[in-house]
Amino acid sequence: MLTETTAPAPPAVQVRGLTKSYGELEAVRGIDVQIAPGEVFALLGPNGAGKTTTVEILEGYRQRDGGEVVVLGLDPGRQARALRSRIGIVLQSTGVDRYLTVAETISMYGQYYPHPRDVEEVLSLVGLEEKRDARVLTLSGGQQRRLDVGVALAGDPDLLFLDEPTTGFDPSARREAWEVVKSLAAIGKTVLLTTHYMDEAQHLADRVAVIAAGRIVAEGPPSSLAGRDLVRPRLRFPRPPVAVPEDLGATPVAAGPGTLEIVTETLTGTLYRLTSWAISAGVSLDGLEVLRPTLEDVYLELTGSEPPAAGQDSAAGTRRTRRGRRRSDAASHAEARVGGRGTRR
Amino acid sequence: MSGVDAAPGRSAGGPATSSAPLRRAVVLTLNQVRFVNRAFWRNPASAGFTFAFPLMFLVIFTALLGSGTVHLGARTVKESTYYVAAMAAFAVVTACFTNIAMTTTFQRDQGVLKRLHGTPLPPAVYFLARVLHALLIAVLLVVITSAFGALAYHASVPGGATLGRFVVMLLVGAGAFCALGLAITSFIPNADAAPAVVNLTILPLLFLSGIFIPLGRNAPHWIVGVAKVFPVYHFASGLQAGYLGTSFSWADVGIVAAWGAAGLMVAIRRFSWEPRV
Repeated sequence: MLTETTAPAPPAVQVRGLTKSYGELEAVRGIDVQIAPGEVFALLGPNGAGKTTTVEILEGYRQRDGGEVVVLGLDPGRQARALRSRIGIVLQSTGVDRYLTVAETISMYGQYYPHPRDVEEVLSLVGLEEKRDARVLTLSGGQQRRLDVGVALAGDPDLLFLDEPTTGFDPSARREAWEVVKSLAAIGKTVLLTTHYMDEAQHLADRVAVIAAGRIVAEGPPSSLAGRDLVRPRLRFPRPPVAVPEDLGATPVAAGPGTLEIVTETLTGTLYRLTSWAISAGVSLDGLEVLRPTLEDVYLELTGSEPPAAGQDSAAGTRRTRRGRRRSDAASHAEARVGGRGTRR
Repeated sequence: MSGVDAAPGRSAGGPATSSAPLRRAVVLTLNQVRFVNRAFWRNPASAGFTFAFPLMFLVIFTALLGSGTVHLGARTVKESTYYVAAMAAFAVVTACFTNIAMTTTFQRDQGVLKRLHGTPLPPAVYFLARVLHALLIAVLLVVITSAFGALAYHASVPGGATLGRFVVMLLVGAGAFCALGLAITSFIPNADAAPAVVNLTILPLLFLSGIFIPLGRNAPHWIVGVAKVFPVYHFASGLQAGYLGTSFSWADVGIVAAWGAAGLMVAIRRFSWEPRV
């Protein structure tokens, strides 16, 4: 953190009131984001929430409809060329020439930049030293993704964009990719990553913004998001042989065979009433658990959507019509469940 | 760069600093040609087909029809010699039009182009490198075809002033077919459709223009009439002048160049860096 005596460094990314529509569809409806230099920031949301659109506007691929965007002191809408010398981009689905070797690929991309990073250094950062002379077409999915990050690092950028870096990965490939992102943070790069996996955001990010239907619905460090009272804690215990009284502060409901759950606003009081009743009634509550809301619960509550299972493939940006449909589905869900609560921060 | 002041042959009129970016662009282009070249030779599909097809066809057509003669205007030439000129034209069309259209569509669909567009690489450098590489391959193929024709079939090889005109036609044609290859990319919906679209556009023209079957004197007027609208006929006719001593027409060069210019305009207007739909 900065001390009070130094002038605060300008933010790496500053977004205010960003909007973007594709025809009728409002993909981004007024987003505010600020990312400090050296921060790992995650944009978390379901498919079609507006993550990729937002990121591609920051990268200079798309023009915004409205709002203010400053990335590394530049306007991506008008100064994309200058900006591209200083950013590294890992898109959802991008290829490289399959017949070049890993080292050739990184050195080829490096030469496009004014101050390329040493090829061997890049290889070791992404853990591909042993594959340096292998042709790209022989790499595994996880290795190709690491090469994607390597290519983005070739120009030694100040800011890295990672758009869904682990979508479609098996668990070990995800771990590999996570290690790479952590190594980026360790060398002081600013990272903006998008993801629809809660655990990924929780694991990697200093700060998370949850995005749904083109709006940011929650923002903060992953731990603070999980601690929000959006989702209340639950008491879970095996169903006792006798009826549980109704006056515990909340009504117990069945949660699977032989298990009851109480969702409560007042955890301490409910727990006290439950255990007092159990002792006086001679009921054993072996297996009693207090369940704190996970980031996943918060996420589901905020976005009103089911997260895809890890490893499920998202048809990565190339099918615009399908994406559009998914986006509007997600939009209507989120409106129904999150709507009325407004933007929280 | 520190060596700006010492740069020899600085372009006249420009400010002193303008030579550094220019030199950087040249170096970048040449490096890019090297990488394109490496990838080309390692890809069995591109290298194999581009090189094997013209030579294979030359041998097959000559073996089948090589003993006959073809009437071109007032001249009568051996079919074996005719096919050396025809296959040289075919080789250039394959190396430039077919190869560029296929590779560019594939790279677009794979997201290679989108990734490149996210780097500071100037688009002109990317295209120039691709075109330069295709030109090199085209020239190499013409040299091989000519040498093979001269050795195997005693075909004559252009020389002197004829060679000069031949080279002009070759370079203009190669450039034009590169531009047309880039232009047609914008009409190809995805990589799966690329072979169909490319072959549907070029194969009929190759046949109509007498590349595979000589048109001769008895060719129907409508075939010649249609062929003359498009650049393949004029390109082949320009190359024939080099090999066969038929009359060289600058109009042929002009028509091919016009097609190339039109292709370039379409390519610039319609080119897409991202996968389509």
